[in-house]
Amino acid sequence: MKIEVKDIDFYYGSFHALKNISMGIEQNKVVAFIGPSGCGKSTFLRLFNRMNDLIPDTRLTGQILIDGKDVYAPKVEVDVLRKEIGMVFQRPNPFPMSIFENVAYGLRVNGVKDKVFIAQRVEETLRGAALWDEVKDKLKASAYALSGGQQQRLCIARAMAVSPSVLLMDEPASALDPISTAKVEELIRELRKELTIIIVTHNMQQAARVSDKTAFFYMGEMVEYDDTKVIFTHPRKTETQNYITGRFG
Amino acid sequence: MKKFFEAIVRGVLTCSGFVTSLVILLIIGFLFTEGAGLFNEPMVEEGYVLALNKENDVSSLTAEQIKAVFDEDIVNWKEIGGRDMPITTFRLEDVERYFTVEELGSEYEHVGMCIASLIARSPGMIAFVPQSMLPADAEVRYIDDSTISLSEVFAGTEWFPTATPAPLFGIVPLLAGTLWVSLFAILFALPFGLSVAVYMSEVASERMRSVLKPVIELLNGIPSVVYGFFGLIVIVPLLQQGFNLPVGESGLAGSIVLAIMALPTMITVAEDAMRSCPRSLREASLALGATRWQTICKVVIPSSMSGITSGIVLGIGRAVGETMAVLMVTGNAAIIPTSIVEPLRTIPATIAAELGEAPAGGAHYQALFLLGVILFFITLVINMSVEYISSRNKYKLR
Repeated sequence: MKIEVKDIDFYYGSFHALKNISMGIEQNKVVAFIGPSGCGKSTFLRLFNRMNDLIPDTRLTGQILIDGKDVYAPKVEVDVLRKEIGMVFQRPNPFPMSIFENVAYGLRVNGVKDKVFIAQRVEETLRGAALWDEVKDKLKASAYALSGGQQQRLCIARAMAVSPSVLLMDEPASALDPISTAKVEELIRELRKELTIIIVTHNMQQAARVSDKTAFFYMGEMVEYDDTKVIFTHPRKTETQNYITGRFG
Repeated sequence: MKKFFEAIVRGVLTCSGFVTSLVILLIIGFLFTEGAGLFNEPMVEEGYVLALNKENDVSSLTAEQIKAVFDEDIVNWKEIGGRDMPITTFRLEDVERYFTVEELGSEYEHVGMCIASLIARSPGMIAFVPQSMLPADAEVRYIDDSTISLSEVFAGTEWFPTATPAPLFGIVPLLAGTLWVSLFAILFALPFGLSVAVYMSEVASERMRSVLKPVIELLNGIPSVVYGFFGLIVIVPLLQQGFNLPVGESGLAGSIVLAIMALPTMITVAEDAMRSCPRSLREASLALGATRWQTICKVVIPSSMSGITSGIVLGIGRAVGETMAVLMVTGNAAIIPTSIVEPLRTIPATIAAELGEAPAGGAHYQALFLLGVILFFITLVINMSVEYISSRNKYKLR
């Protein structure tokens, strides 16, 4: 198991946002989290790289182990952890810098000084994100000159540049048009060869297309977690059935 | 009925906008016409002439030369392009040294004749007398009656607005004083202002911020005369002892007071800019393994650079235009400063200090208006650069 989650409970103040969640995620698999808005799937995702640490007045019990190491152990250095666990956000959020600097940023803040290596890594990851051919002539241009879909792929390249072993994606295609979405999904299938991906999505077809396993969340509980095929064809719980057939949500 | 009210409201709004713009334009127009009037003023005081011996071939002098002659800094005509002979100056009040009361007549009716003859018999004499006093046929030469020139004002290094016979309106020392004080004020304010802004937006807890921010904004509301008073009784003596100066009133005192005054604007504007840096950018940076300080230095500050610069420039604007506090602590010596610990004088302080004693409509009065115009241009340039900086950001945010 790449990731093991044991008995997670999470609170925003007195609000019980995640209730007793346990799951295991294998290496080089894509796991999709689905569920209606406010079900806790994004909150859960943000636990893996401790992004929820930024929100005051939150509380967590239980354990998350990545490669057998407890993410929330007291001696863990959060910045080292976050280098290992990349994240792509809902809206494309490139930095107000050039395209090149956006991708190089993660390397630079992690102390890489070798210019040749940085240039090489930027090209590699931009190729990996299927963006190289579109931007190779304008690496010095502002990242905001790119379209929304290109910006999102740039953000994926940026996350990949520091070679994480896990990639968290928080509705990465929700702000994109169908063509850009297809490109991002294609990218996810490619990236699976290199790392473990957890993707939160509202779009059930997307979950069905890209993921190996799917977890359905409802009201802070993980209702069902199984192979994607099983979830979308023979779900065991009626809530899951109702959600994927579009009866609510 | 409803339509009628709306029409009235619209009329009132249009009127008030129109009237306000008109008033501002009038003020600017007034400033400009008064200021430009300086260049139509004669160099020598109105109604007076500078008379020379007929043999003397010097025909024109600059205001600076006239002042030097009458201050006896120039004592020979050859220094100012004439023949080699000593200069004797003559002012009306000297008349009794040369003539007895009998000669002048009981009602001074012969004074013009006497002076004319005196000039005629002394080859090196230059006399500053009312034109109406000399007889029309007097055997004398007059220095050409020129007006105050642009170069004398804009390149002049001496400001002696009340000197006779020719006042000097060189604005360079005042301009230099203003820029010098403002420069140092910014140098002092910048590190403090930025650190406080970063502290408030990134480090301070929400509770600390809710206390600090109103306090800093309160500083903006303190009248400048209070700052000046504080500077006069605290900073000036401190500097005098600390630097062992003859007088504590100096450019340094002025720039420290101005720095304190510029801080609140700088801090609030820069802090607002940094806080408006999108949360998504901070998260993106942190998610890449950047530490909090790396995120602040490499993402938050660069992305709010235009706001921070606006804050700095607005602070400069405050420093350049400030009058009272500077007047109180800088010592007001109109000399080109060579160090920051000597007295100097700024443009606003000059206007405030001298306008009361300048006769309305005179050259001095108009010179002060010209200073006002220059100040107006300086602040205009500053405000325009704020606009420009805020609109310009290489990698614009959405």
